[in-house]
Parts: sequence; C-alpha cells; structure tokens
Amino acid sequence: MTEKYWEEEIETMSRPDLEKLQLERLKNTVKQAMNSPFYKKLFAEKGLSPDSINSLDDIKKFPFTTKEDLRSNYPFGFAAVPMEKVVRLHSSSGTTGNPTVVLHTQKDLDTWANQVARCMYMVGVRNTDVFQNTSGYGMFTGGLGYQYGAERLGCLTVPAAAGNSKRQIKFIRDFGTTVLHTIPSYATRLAEVIQEEGLDPRKDTKLRIMCVGAEPHSEEQRKRIEELLGLKAYNCFGMSEMNGPGVAFECQEQNGLHIWEDLVLVEIINPETLEPVKEGEVGEMVLTTLCREAMPLIRYRTRDLTSILPGQCPCGRTHRRISRIKGRSDDMMIVKGVNIFPIQIERILMNFKELGMNYLITIDTIGNNDEMLVEVELGDLHTDDYTKLQALTKEITRQLKDEILLTPKVKLVEKGTLPVSEGKAVRVKDLRKNH
Amino acid sequence: MTINQISIFLENKFGRLNEILSILSKENIRVLTATVADTSDYGILRLITSNQHKVIQLLKEHGVSANLNSVLAVSVDSSMEKFAETIELFTRAGISIEYMYSFSFSGKTILILRTNNIDAANDVIRRYNLDNLSETELNNL
Repeated sequence: MTEKYWEEEIETMSRPDLEKLQLERLKNTVKQAMNSPFYKKLFAEKGLSPDSINSLDDIKKFPFTTKEDLRSNYPFGFAAVPMEKVVRLHSSSGTTGNPTVVLHTQKDLDTWANQVARCMYMVGVRNTDVFQNTSGYGMFTGGLGYQYGAERLGCLTVPAAAGNSKRQIKFIRDFGTTVLHTIPSYATRLAEVIQEEGLDPRKDTKLRIMCVGAEPHSEEQRKRIEELLGLKAYNCFGMSEMNGPGVAFECQEQNGLHIWEDLVLVEIINPETLEPVKEGEVGEMVLTTLCREAMPLIRYRTRDLTSILPGQCPCGRTHRRISRIKGRSDDMMIVKGVNIFPIQIERILMNFKELGMNYLITIDTIGNNDEMLVEVELGDLHTDDYTKLQALTKEITRQLKDEILLTPKVKLVEKGTLPVSEGKAVRVKDLRKNH
Repeated sequence: MTINQISIFLENKFGRLNEILSILSKENIRVLTATVADTSDYGILRLITSNQHKVIQLLKEHGVSANLNSVLAVSVDSSMEKFAETIELFTRAGISIEYMYSFSFSGKTILILRTNNIDAANDVIRRYNLDNLSETELNNL
C-alpha cells in the first residue's frame, strides 16, 4: 500500500508484464475450467485444452459462455472444485427461468474482497473512513461484496442494508459516515429525505465519497447526485457472474472505469457478428475470469455495451478504462425501426431540474403502430401553473425527439409512484405482442 | 398582503384525492377553501387551511409533490356588481387574473386571486382600499 495505490505493483504494471501475467493466468484458468462438468464436455467436443493457448489472442478459439449456459447448468454444472471447497454461493434474480448461481472458494472471496478494497482505495477511501452500505445484503452481491472489501481496507463498516431512509440518515449522522454505497436511484431519494428533515448534507453530515453502482447511470445523474449531497460520486461496474462490485471502477479522474486486467481478460465484440470491434468502438463486453477457482468463466457475454477508452489515464494505472455502460445489448429497444437505449432517454430527463430520478418507458402497439410512453416522476412541485407544467412536458418531448428520432408521449407522474423491483428501478416495459 | 396557498400535483388516478386528504384528516386542521382543476393527465389541488406549514410538512413526509405559493384574498359584498367592479379595477391596471376561486361567508364573497403581477395587484388593493384579508383574518371568519 502506498499513498495513492492499494497495490502499486499490480495497478501500474507495464503492459507487457501485465499481458504476460494474463497469459499465464489464462492457461491456468482453462486448466481449472476443465474440472467443471460443463467445460469438460465442451472442450472435449471442440478439442480445446490449455495447450490451445499460446498467446492472449488464442482466446478467440474458445466458444462464448452465455447466461443461458449458466441457467441450463443450474445449480452446480459450472463447479470446478469439489463442493467441500465451495464456501459461498451468490445468485442473481431469476425473473425468467432459472436464476444464475456463482460459486466461491475461500480464496475466491479473498481475491474479491481485495479487489473491492483496491477500488475503494483508488477513490480515496482510507481506514479512517466510516463506510455505510445501503445495498440489500443476502443474494445481491452489492451487500457482502462491499462489506468484505471495506473491512479489508480497514474502514469502520456500517451494514445498514437497504431501505428506511430516516434510519440511514440517523446512522450517517450518529456514526459520522463519510463514504456511502448506493444504487443511483436511491442516492436522490436519500438526498430528498435529508432535505425533508431540514438538514444540509454539506453541514450536517460528514459524507465525502459515494460509490454508485448496480444500475447504469448517466454523467448527468452523477452530477445531480454530487450537487445534491455535496460529495464526490464514483461509478462502479460489477456483475454477480464476475463476483459482483469491483470489476471496473472509476479513479479520481472520473473519466472511465479501470477494469482490473489482472483479474479478467476483456474483449469488446460486435453483438451481431461476434467479431471484435475496432479499438474505441462500442460493443458488448466479453470477460474471462483469470483468478477464479470455484467457477471459472471463459468468454462470458456480459450483454453490457461499452468501449475501451484510448490512451493512458493520468492517474498512472495501466489497466485500461471502459466507458460508462451505454446500455445492454439485450435492452436495446427497436421502435419504428429505430434502435433506442433507455440510457439515452435518461440522459435527457436528468437535465431537467424539475424532474425526479425515476422514469418508466412503456412501448405498446396502438392500432398498427408502436407507441412509446415515457412516464417521469416530478420532483418537488416547482410551480402551480398549468401552462408551465404543459410547457415542461412539451420541452421534454422535444428534446427526446431530437435524441431518439421519434416522438414519445411524455407524462408527468407523482413522486414515488413508479415501480421498483428488488431495489432496482424498472425502466422499460415492452407490451408489444411480438416481443 | 398575500396568503399561503398549497398546490399539490395529482395524477388522474381513481381515489388519489381521497388518499391525499386522508393524510391530513387525522390532524386538527380547518379547511378554508379548496379547488381541483384538471387536464387529461393530471390535476392540481389548491388548498387553504388553518395551518399551511403543518400541511406542507405532512405532505412532504408522505413524499407528495407540493409547494407553497402566494395568492391574494379579497373580500367583497356578495353581489355580481361588486364582483365585476373589483375585477375591473385589476383589468384597468393592466393586471391579468391567472386563476381565481371563491367562497361565500355571511353576505361576503372571498375571492382567492392569482395574478400575473403581485406587486401591481397590491398597489390596486391599497389605492382603492379593497378589503384584503390576512391569513389570521381568513382563519377567524
């Protein structure tokens, strides 16, 4: 540990050394994966083995692994160690079909805790900080993932878990919380309640850093969170299949998320052709675990769309940066032949100070046409004048049309009325028959 | 002088007005006047009560989109002639009435007015010595 880096040697490793480390770990991962029923069979069919890997580029010889594969081998088809070595299981929500299960050995959990500590240290969290986690604990990795990471770093950790904003605020004040972890939609809710209590977050709390993750969010939303709460907010990327939080994390430059390449091998592909995109182009991120024992994943299709940012980061870390998640290849909506991502709509909505943070996009067939309805929660009522509310609706509609090239119906709704599922906001409802 | 009016954003949803009012019904609050206007998607409930600050606090605690704003309360004799005369004074001074509602009380009609220029409206009230009610006076009716 140095003043700036949790693990300077790894974080600032030269690219050739980092790639050498990746190659060595990739071979081990393929070897380890062959212990699992799923990969054993797959690799035997394709004639693949650790010997197939002579350079990092040889990863392309391997087939992709998808969420469907995880589901159809539920629950333990990917286990690459005897079950007595598995100490924890996390599972993602199974809204359709089986949930997905991720298994961890003690060593996997140690690697993950260290990974999260590395991320938090990078944004300035120190062992003198008081860290409060507003994530749900349990199966959701944002709870225990951050818990062990913050403990590893040496923070005083407050496992407040989700909900009950008044209690969260009491903890923040009583325990002198300096660092918070929340999902973006909850960050503003908390700011609202702080305001309702007649408190000023800048004077009445010691909050200085917020780690924001689990839902893709826009730069505009980050700025609002920072403004409302008077702190620095950092974007965190994680997914349970890749442990959970900490896969990639912004540094203090707030310009892209460093993806820890000693732990995962990154590819960005065109989701339709499955070929790699040119450097800097947006595509689907494909990740291969490099250190996992219990459940190695080879070329896992994350469905998250991002790009690799060119150039080196001024912070000195050599691990490449990905852009904010631009959407998911599976939540792209095609409406009247136009490709639309919910995040495009969010970016526009967040520019309106009059609006709250929650919105819901509904697509339905009306007659023979696809119609889009955008419902958005109003913040505190800024006016009692109908013409101003109507002008607001009109302006939102105009800006959305400029962005997505079709005209949605925009409807203002009351605060706190849009649906939330498992703590995450529901953003899109597609009611069309053929979808 | 102006009085505090509470405006509440209401979606056009069955039972919503009832829900909002039930938040307030357990408190010992007197309703002086209320009105709801609507468009196709939403309406605004405008409310004047004996304790506006308590009401806004309760609404905020329940996460309701609401705000406090200023309107004028003017008492006139309950006749069409007086009503017309009063509005004419504002019109002659170039002031637009954005909206208005009223209630009657023992021979008087209390007009609740929102104008496009509150300072100019106050000038008219002073110049013609109109019976402009304060919150306390309204409360004591």
